[in-house]
Amino acid sequence: MRRAWRVARALLGSQYALMLEYRAEIALWALSGVLPLIMLGVWSGSGAGAAAGLTPQQLSHYFLAAFVVRQFTVVWLIHVFEEDALQGRLSPLLLQPLSPLWRYLASHFSEQATRVPFVVLMLVVVGLAAPGVLWWPSAGALLLGALAILAAFLLRFLLQVIVTTLCFWSERAAALDRLLLIPYLFLSGLVAPLDTFPPAVRRLALATPFPWMVDFPARLLAGEPVNAALGFGAIAAWCLVLLPMAHLLWRAGLRRYSAMGA
Amino acid sequence: MSTIRARDLAKTYRISEKQPGLAGTLRHLVNRRHREVVAVDRISFTIEPGEIVGFLGPNGAGKTTTLKMLTGLIHPSAGELEVAGYQPWRRQAAFLRQITLVMGNRQQLIWDLPALDSLRVNAAVYGIDEPEARRRIGELAEMLELGPELQRPLRKLSLGQRMKTELLAALLHRPAVLFLDEPTLGLDVNAQARVRDFLADYNRRTGATVLLTSHDMGDITALCPRVLLIHQGQLFHDGSLAALTQRLAPCRQVRLELEHLHPAEAFAGFGTLEAHQGHQVRLLVPRAQLTERVAALLERFAVVDLEVSDPPIEELIGGLFRQRAAAAAAGAEP
Repeated sequence: MRRAWRVARALLGSQYALMLEYRAEIALWALSGVLPLIMLGVWSGSGAGAAAGLTPQQLSHYFLAAFVVRQFTVVWLIHVFEEDALQGRLSPLLLQPLSPLWRYLASHFSEQATRVPFVVLMLVVVGLAAPGVLWWPSAGALLLGALAILAAFLLRFLLQVIVTTLCFWSERAAALDRLLLIPYLFLSGLVAPLDTFPPAVRRLALATPFPWMVDFPARLLAGEPVNAALGFGAIAAWCLVLLPMAHLLWRAGLRRYSAMGA
Repeated sequence: MSTIRARDLAKTYRISEKQPGLAGTLRHLVNRRHREVVAVDRISFTIEPGEIVGFLGPNGAGKTTTLKMLTGLIHPSAGELEVAGYQPWRRQAAFLRQITLVMGNRQQLIWDLPALDSLRVNAAVYGIDEPEARRRIGELAEMLELGPELQRPLRKLSLGQRMKTELLAALLHRPAVLFLDEPTLGLDVNAQARVRDFLADYNRRTGATVLLTSHDMGDITALCPRVLLIHQGQLFHDGSLAALTQRLAPCRQVRLELEHLHPAEAFAGFGTLEAHQGHQVRLLVPRAQLTERVAALLERFAVVDLEVSDPPIEELIGGLFRQRAAAAAAGAEP
């Protein structure tokens, strides 16, 4: 346990130092995650929120919370992994007695930490542009929301690990990740709160892992009445399904690895 | 017990082939053709603890594929393989702690950070406590003549400094088996000499087993009493460098500087005349008759200077493979 803590500290420390070197790029990434803010503008102007039974305040809280959730659940594993595999940088990592996935996980956490000041700055700009739209969540909502964001991120990461293992079979597996982008965009609650979906679509969405990645943590953070146990339970259940799949695919993929470029 | 034991080790790759042009691309899309390429063809060898062995062969001979199998990066297609008592392809943590692979054209350290940051991570990953890691870094840095370079971002270091920091990182966990793939690639003469000295010193101090590939024969002659020569996936020679030279070149080279000028015919019967320019003469003399021929030359001519040497090993190996390729091409013709 002490060793695991030391490895985690060393990985996070070095990756955070590395991410600070790329702070300008990360600021641009943060800026590119404004879809929920655009959707807030679209929904506020159209009056569709009222038709769906949502007050303007509920709408703004939801989309601002979705903006924060989106910022801290971005996963780019497949892109960096594919590049590392093609350029031969994966081989030295595979020769160490630690799965490279832990390094990539530490990179993601470090990137999120580097992103914090940019997200805060963007929220301040939103607050200045639309006075009264910001609010301060209760301590409970903040705590549960943060935990849900972490759980949602881990679920997204795990889902992408599965797609990433396809890099062992295909040299350009990152393209496959785009297949997941469409259901993620429409079923996660990123473009519309799940409550506004037709009942049949809502039921369908809830049977996928996507709503637990945005809608659930955003609603918790926005202070809406949510069945937290159900949400965390659903995330845990999906993780239990995906974890053995990821493990098996990773092992099978390593057997196919040809260490190209190295 | 041998540190490395390979028996009938083989690796076959399945590669898809595409004809050039649009038609070739469309055909490739609907009817992909594959071909089996034998990269390593049933090679067998053993390496004992503490040995430094050179692994030679032209590009595409199968050296790097063999190294990848020995380190567990890729699975062998056939054969048996044991390194430090483990089957490498299982990639057990205990095995990975005992080996290291240094590739002259690849880096494991983080490009944008000082090497010390990466070394700290390596120490944690290999379970080396902090005081011990500091001690080892100090010791290796001294052997490699590294100091403030470890605190500069890797991208700011020269090629030689980067290679030395890569070596330091690769050896921090004190591996028992070192696989070195072109460790002096691109280095200048001084840096090459320092890396060679370091590797010899490390081997003496720790008793580590070293398998080294290099296109620079200087590395091989300086470090490796034994060499494996591989060609088209097959092991061509396993023995000393001297035995390889003997096998490839049954003659030795005799250079003479003479006091007087002599016609070429004067050297008939002393050996094969390779060069004859003014007072300078170069002869190839069969090893078995070297002493008597040299004595006869000294008796017959007024010799100012005399030098006996082996022809350069890289020329011998290159010549051998050119001969084999030509023979194979001739055999393939109808």
